[in-house]
Amino acid sequence: MRLAEAWRVAVTALRANRLRSLLTMLGVVIGVAAVVVLVAIGTGAKQEVENQVNGLGANLIIVVPGKLEFGSAPTKSRLELADADRIGRALGTPGQVAVTLSSGETVRFGNNSAFSTVNGTNPAVPEVFVRPIARGQYLRESDVDTRRRVAVIGSGLAATLFEGADPLGRNLSVGGVRFRVIGVFASVGSSLGSDRDNEVHIPVTAAQRLFGDRTVDAFALKAPSTDEIEGVRATALAVLADRYPDEEFSAVTQDQILGTVGRILGLLTTVLAAIAAISLLVGGVGVSNIMLVSVRERTREIGLRKAVGARTRDVTLQFLLEAVLLTTIGGILGIALGVGGALGLSAAFDQLPAVITWWSPALAFAVSAAVGIFFGVVPARRAGRLEPVVALRSE
Amino acid sequence: MTGQHVTGPAAPALEAIDVTRSYQLDGVTVEALRGVSLTVGRGDYAAVVGPSGSGKSTLMHLLGGLDRPTTGVLRVGGRDIAALTGDELAAVRNATIGFVFQAFQLLGRTSAVDNVAMPLVYRGLRRAERRRRAREALERVGMGHRLDHRPAQLSGGEQQRVAIARALVGDPQVLLADEPTGNLDTRTGMEVMALLEELNRNQGVAVVIVTHDLDVAARAHRQIRVRDGRLEPTPAPTPTPDPTSPAKQHPGRPTERHLTGEVAGRGGTSS
Repeated sequence: MRLAEAWRVAVTALRANRLRSLLTMLGVVIGVAAVVVLVAIGTGAKQEVENQVNGLGANLIIVVPGKLEFGSAPTKSRLELADADRIGRALGTPGQVAVTLSSGETVRFGNNSAFSTVNGTNPAVPEVFVRPIARGQYLRESDVDTRRRVAVIGSGLAATLFEGADPLGRNLSVGGVRFRVIGVFASVGSSLGSDRDNEVHIPVTAAQRLFGDRTVDAFALKAPSTDEIEGVRATALAVLADRYPDEEFSAVTQDQILGTVGRILGLLTTVLAAIAAISLLVGGVGVSNIMLVSVRERTREIGLRKAVGARTRDVTLQFLLEAVLLTTIGGILGIALGVGGALGLSAAFDQLPAVITWWSPALAFAVSAAVGIFFGVVPARRAGRLEPVVALRSE
Repeated sequence: MTGQHVTGPAAPALEAIDVTRSYQLDGVTVEALRGVSLTVGRGDYAAVVGPSGSGKSTLMHLLGGLDRPTTGVLRVGGRDIAALTGDELAAVRNATIGFVFQAFQLLGRTSAVDNVAMPLVYRGLRRAERRRRAREALERVGMGHRLDHRPAQLSGGEQQRVAIARALVGDPQVLLADEPTGNLDTRTGMEVMALLEELNRNQGVAVVIVTHDLDVAARAHRQIRVRDGRLEPTPAPTPTPDPTSPAKQHPGRPTERHLTGEVAGRGGTSS
């Protein structure tokens, strides 16, 4: 009953100073909205990266020469195509180890040209990665064996070069050498910064001749299940250690990539949210300030209430509720603004995927209520402690 | 809620025994009351008079349980307030005293009925019950037709009636009125006094009026004269005010000269 009355009094007081209440709320609104937007964008970025990494395929292991560490010098590869067969045999899955030897080359058709990533690969690629073919077919074993100059191109590149015409059977120029198009990839978008719809895949042997190289850059394997990732990884490294005793190799799993990227993005999100939380703190100081003014203005009301029987906690509760009401209304408006803002931003900019998780508005609401309590308690206690005689005398 | 049930109905509503009150003001001790004893019984009608700075406001605050004596015993509603916490004292005030102030002290944004119901909030009554009792109290002071008016929509006399209804709503033993006519013109002031007297007569509620208007004071059944923090002896209680009192012709401050004279020792003035 007293609580209900305290709510009524708080609402009346806030209504009586509408503009002041709104301006005070604004600090909380902006703070909460900023937290919600930044958490949504941070979460969206993290999820986008996860989607991209997982979109490559499941249970992937990438084997590269050298130690994969931030700051270590790139290692010149000594891996050979034959090493892929050795690993495949050791795993009991020959022909399931994808290889890559890539370089940026200019690709031409007629008067159109584009700069794209040219990948020398083998037929294992569709086994390991998710690379659906839209038209034609992928490279075959015989293409690799005979160093045939055939190419499978990304849908984006096909659109750029052929402008809607059918690329199948046409000859395009890759680094000045003619290749016949035998397949077009379905669109898969970009992954970790590289536009996979702009790639050209050619037989690895043809690529070695084109680039004047005898090695391959890396291998990619697919473990049959998540549980077997470690075993596959260990076998692949063992084969390479046996063949190149003096060199180091790294085998990276998707989880490792996700773990690292996820940590970085998680940290980034936390830092952004913390910066936004500072504005929420400033909003809280504004609430505290206005509540002190309100207590001073209503000193006589407090005196009267105490004279007619209000206890210290009745008065304290009344002012505390007023502060909490300010910040929670501000919090709700801020959540609405933040959710709307995040969805609007991600609709306007492709690069800003925003994901609203259930916990970020809930947390923002709880924090805004807590801000009200924290910053309201000092003015409220001051109000509660006023002596009725002193309060009644003030004018 | 408290108080009334602790002691028998015979206990006086207010009782001060050798009460002093001193303040520290800029490091100087100011003795506002220097030993006052008095009793306000049920149904009493008394006026506290005295010049400004005599200590009558301090006495009023003490009698209302808004302040505590420095020494001496003060009983409000039969309970020694020295033993009470601030919150317990608030409950005793709520149950025992109805306050009427010179400046009415109504809440501006609140209707008459909610202003009157306000003390009942702190008694823990439900809203419907609070409003029912508030309507009754407003009807008793002749304001039953102004329930939903805000203070600004009422005249001064009407505002003071609402304030009196607020003082009455909790069925107090004592109405403590601090210059209740001070902000009103003479005629309205006398109407308010008539209302207080009617409540005193018909409802048996004790009325204590603090005033320096001797016309107002003369209507009370007895006068409690405060001077320099002590009570002056008064003539024997007059049950009915003398309408031909010469004080009536000279209201206001000049009549305070009547109060000058020998300062008597502390002493009870209870009847």
